[in-house]
Amino acid sequence: MRGVVAGLSFAARRLGQAALVMLAILVIAFAVRAALGDPLREIMGEAVPEAERAALRHKLGLDAPWPVQLARYLGGAVQGDLGTSTIYKRPTLAVILAKFPASFELVLGASLIVLLLSVPAGIYCAVRPRALGARLVLALSVLGISIPVFLTGIFLITVFSVWLGWLPAFGRGETISLGPWETGLLTPDGLKHLILPALTLSSIMLPLFIRLVRGAMLDELGHDYVRTARAKGASPLRVWLSHALRNALLPLAAVGGLQVGTLIAYTLLTETVFQWPGMGFLFLEAVTRADIPLITTYLVFVGVLFVVTNTLVDVVSLMLDPRIGLEGRG
Amino acid sequence: MSAEALPKAQGALRTLAAEHPGGAIAAIVLCAIALAAVLAPLFAPQDPFDLTSFDVLDASLPPSWLEGSDARFLLGTDAQGRDLLSAILYGTRISLTVGLLAVVIAAAIGIPLGLLAGYAGGGIDTAVTRAADIQLSLSTLMTAIIALALFRAGFGGEGLSRFAVPLLAVVIGLAEWPYLARTARAATQVEAAKDYVRAARALGASTRGLLWRHILPNIVSPLIVVATTQIGGAIMAEAALSFLGLGMPVTKPSLGTLIRSGYDLMFAGAWWVTILPGLVLIVLLVSVNVLGDALRDALDPRRPSG
Repeated sequence: MRGVVAGLSFAARRLGQAALVMLAILVIAFAVRAALGDPLREIMGEAVPEAERAALRHKLGLDAPWPVQLARYLGGAVQGDLGTSTIYKRPTLAVILAKFPASFELVLGASLIVLLLSVPAGIYCAVRPRALGARLVLALSVLGISIPVFLTGIFLITVFSVWLGWLPAFGRGETISLGPWETGLLTPDGLKHLILPALTLSSIMLPLFIRLVRGAMLDELGHDYVRTARAKGASPLRVWLSHALRNALLPLAAVGGLQVGTLIAYTLLTETVFQWPGMGFLFLEAVTRADIPLITTYLVFVGVLFVVTNTLVDVVSLMLDPRIGLEGRG
Repeated sequence: MSAEALPKAQGALRTLAAEHPGGAIAAIVLCAIALAAVLAPLFAPQDPFDLTSFDVLDASLPPSWLEGSDARFLLGTDAQGRDLLSAILYGTRISLTVGLLAVVIAAAIGIPLGLLAGYAGGGIDTAVTRAADIQLSLSTLMTAIIALALFRAGFGGEGLSRFAVPLLAVVIGLAEWPYLARTARAATQVEAAKDYVRAARALGASTRGLLWRHILPNIVSPLIVVATTQIGGAIMAEAALSFLGLGMPVTKPSLGTLIRSGYDLMFAGAWWVTILPGLVLIVLLVSVNVLGDALRDALDPRRPSG
């Protein structure tokens, strides 16, 4: 019972922190807007008489003192109103959310590849550290870390699109609308378009995760409980998978979750190479065309992703290892 | 203590050559690249930053071993008619400059903070560690992308290109400080508990003297290892930012800019403008990372690689 109460209070405190961080992000976004964006110039241009400008400024509430404007901005944000894009003339949040499925499916594809390859490769490298294969995997992972993600993409395009002509180099291909969610996963054309971008994105995460799995497994394999399990006569495979791997997952979940910023940056690069119509591609367009409301909304959105992932990682860590919450409380 | 550090470093270099031939090769390759980049103005066929030294009529010529090439351009030309060999040499110069400057900035912030946090502990330690954690979870690249994107949105592409080199170095350096701070902090904690530090304190050494003259010389090894890896990280970040159009302008291309500007030509068959600078970038980054790994094994035997 005490454990449940402690767990709940940990979760409550964690949610409080998350809310505070979100508030800070919104205030920063407001400051960026106030410093960089002049909505009047975007609406009416430079050559409008001052009296008319003042009238519009008053009508839009831009002559109010900044605490009032901040309060209005925060009030709007709570209701999902973060401004209007100057390029698309639509609410910024809607513009960004429309691009979310593309980015999400790219990350999903890459994560599947990373998961399917890194766990077996990492375990193999931990269990047979001196085998030629393990050395090869580690050498390749140094190479993988060293090649910038956009070059991997360019090389893949050169080989599979330009030379061989097997796979498309640009865009998402044919998509199907499932309500608001536009998916490319249900058409053969959409899947074909996903292969190269997903491979590219996974290439940069893969070496990191192989090393993580290997490091975590090496740590766990040195513990007494593994020796005990072996002495009991458990098969090696069972020891690796159901004993060591399970305990190795905790640090993995924590580190993996903390990689979300890196993942967003690499997704942005991958989307640029493949002109993948996701959020990162949209963000760069907004930057080039100085669409301040869209830029700040993207930052807020990334902040939300970030806070949600970090909170989830903490909660999952707590569930996997109840000691964490109790220690953190003391 | 610092007098002992020198023979230790020499010994380490010898160990590096004997036990990590890969590391030694990487060091040689890096020296060669650095030398070529530094001496580029002496032997590069043209000045790729001088718009009057090349002609758009020479645009997109292939490298000398391909058909239709021009003997003047060993590696061919880019879309503006710029000699690609010269552009790569000067681009490498920029990449190395930004990489080194960024790590110097990161070290100037991170090492003092790490020393202080590791030695003083308490509130200072908590504050520095928290700040480093927050910064790290944002990731170097994402922090730099956001900072430069806001700069570009605020001051336009012109402002960005004028101050690109110092701006990139500062932004990447600010984003990378936690790595050096963390390493300095952890190493300082270990050193601070040792007898020589206690002895120096008992003899009346000031905190500042203790940190700079006694502890710092003894934690140089792990700092060198991290700094090496961070140079690689900074070079990669610069290339990525320039590729996104948030870094070096087309008029003063770094390797990342060359790759970006050549990318459009690739589908027209002019693959060399993208692929050749890309290969140079990869060789550079692989060398830095291999050297970093070898240095870690040689200088910091307690920590296993990986």
